[in-house]
Amino acid sequence: MRAVITVIGKDNVGILHKVSGICAEMGANVIEVTQSVLQDMFAMIMLVDITGLSGDFSEMVDKMTALGNDLGLSIHTMHEDIFNSMHNI
Amino acid sequence: MLNVYNILETIRMIQDECLDIRTITMGISLLDCIDTDIDKACEKVYNKIVKCAKNLVPVGQQIEKEYGIPIINKRISVTPIAMLAAACPGENPVKFAKALQRAADTCGVNFIGGYSALVHKGFSAGDEALIRSIPEALAVTENICSSVNIGSTKSGINMDAVKLMGQIVKETAEKTADRDCIGAAKLVVFCNAVEDNPFMAGAFHGVGEPDCEIHVGVSGPGVVRAALSKYPDASINELADIIKKTAFKITRMGQLVGARASELLGVPFGIVDLSLAPTPAIGDSVAHILEEMGLEMCGTHGTTACLAMLNDAVKKGGVMASSTVGGLSGAFIPVSEDAGMIDAAVAGVLSLEKLEAMTAVCSVGLDMIVVPGDIAPETISAIIADEAAIGMVNTKTTAVRLIPAIGKKEGETLEFGGLLGSGPVMPIRDKSAAKFINRGGRIPAPMHSLKN
Repeated sequence: MRAVITVIGKDNVGILHKVSGICAEMGANVIEVTQSVLQDMFAMIMLVDITGLSGDFSEMVDKMTALGNDLGLSIHTMHEDIFNSMHNI
Repeated sequence: MLNVYNILETIRMIQDECLDIRTITMGISLLDCIDTDIDKACEKVYNKIVKCAKNLVPVGQQIEKEYGIPIINKRISVTPIAMLAAACPGENPVKFAKALQRAADTCGVNFIGGYSALVHKGFSAGDEALIRSIPEALAVTENICSSVNIGSTKSGINMDAVKLMGQIVKETAEKTADRDCIGAAKLVVFCNAVEDNPFMAGAFHGVGEPDCEIHVGVSGPGVVRAALSKYPDASINELADIIKKTAFKITRMGQLVGARASELLGVPFGIVDLSLAPTPAIGDSVAHILEEMGLEMCGTHGTTACLAMLNDAVKKGGVMASSTVGGLSGAFIPVSEDAGMIDAAVAGVLSLEKLEAMTAVCSVGLDMIVVPGDIAPETISAIIADEAAIGMVNTKTTAVRLIPAIGKKEGETLEFGGLLGSGPVMPIRDKSAAKFINRGGRIPAPMHSLKN
C-alpha cells in the first residue's frame, strides 16, 4: 500500500525535513520524491510505502494537515488508489 | 503508473472545482420489522437501522481521510414505510417517522429517506394513511424525507393520488411555514421512481433490493465546467467527448469510494448514481456548464439541447467507470440548489415551462422550485400531472418537488440554507385546472409502439 503526499506553497527552510520527519515517525518509507521550486513557490510530490505504518493512516493524514497549517502550506496525503482508479482504466 | 500531472489534476478537482462524493447511502430493508403492534414495529425499525448503520458515519469519515475526497452526506434509505403502516390499521404512521428520526440521531446521518408510498396503480392498505400523515411527519422531524410514486410507464398515472398530493404538498408547506416551508423541500412526488436511488428527498429502499447495501452518488458540475472552459472554440461533439472523459474520472472516484465503504461495512455494494448534482456553492452549478457551452444565460433558447447533450455524455462516460450503475443517473436541475439556476430564475430567463421541457431530457424533474404561497392545491396537482406525463410517456423517472412559499409572492425568496440553498418565488399560470384534477381516476398507460 502506498500513499501520495503533495506539498504546495511558499518555499521555506526545512519543508522536506519536516515532512519526511513525520514519515519516519509514522513508519512510512519514502519511495520517491519529486520536487521543484519555481521562483519562491515550492511543490513536492512524495510517494511513500504505508504498509508498515506504526499507527492509523488517518493519524498520519492529521499530522500532515497540521504541519501544513503550521507552515502555511497546502499538504494533501492521499491513498494512491484514488489516482490509479481515476486515471487508469 | 502515477504521474505528476494526474496527481495535480485530482487535487485541483477536489480543491478548486468542488469535486466531492455527494452521498454514501445505505439502503436497509425493514420488511422484517413489520408488526401489528405499531410500538413494537417502531422499536424493531430503530434497532435494525442502528444495527446496520451504526458504523456508516465513522466509515464515511475514514474514507474521506484515506482518499482525501470530501463525502458531503451520509444517508440511509429504508423500505417504503407505507408497507409497515399497512399492518397497523387505525394507528398514526407518524410514530414511524419519529422512530426514524431517533435512528438518524443515533447514527448521526444527514437524512433518512423512505417515509414513502408507492401508489402508481392504486392505494393499498396503509398507503393513504401514510400519505395523509406526511405533513405532520415532516413537521415534527428534521432529517426524514418522504416520497410518493403516483405513476409509471407500465401502469399509467393515478390521478386520485395526484389530486391528494397537491393538497399534501400545500399542507406540508403550511405546517412548516415558520421554517421557510422546509417540509415541502423534503417531499417529492415521482413517476417511475427507482428503487436504488441514493439521492434525497426521493430515496427509498425497494422491495427487490437486498437486505442491506451501499449506494454512492457522485457530484462534480464544477469539474465539468472547468474542463469545458479550456476549449472555448471546440465543436459540440468535441465538448461531448470532454464531458465523457470528465464523467469517467468523477465516476471512478464514486466506484472506488463505494467499493471501499462496502468492504469496511461488510455490506454488498449496490450502485453508483452517475449524477451531476449541483450545490449552491460558487463553481458547483449545472447551469454554469450550460452557459459554458455558449448560452448567455441558462433558460434561454438552446438550453434543452445543451442539457440533452450534457446528460447523455455524463452517462456514456460514467457507465464504463462503474461496475454497477443505477439510481437516477444524469444531470440534476434543482433550482434553489444551483447558483446559476437561481440567477436565471431571478432574472426571469428560466421559467417553469422551460424547466418542464428540460426535465424531458435530463435526470428527474421539477426540483426545488418555489411557487407563490397562495397556489391552489389543484394547480400543484396539475403541475405534478404534467411532469408525470413526461415521465410516463418517455419511460423515464420524473419528479416534482415544489415549495409553496406560504405568505410570500412572486419576487420574494425562501432561504433554506445548506445544500438546499435559496429560491425565488417563480410565477405560475393563473388559470385553473381544478375541473380536470377533480375528475379523479387514472390516466391509462401509454402505447409502446407507434412512437412519435
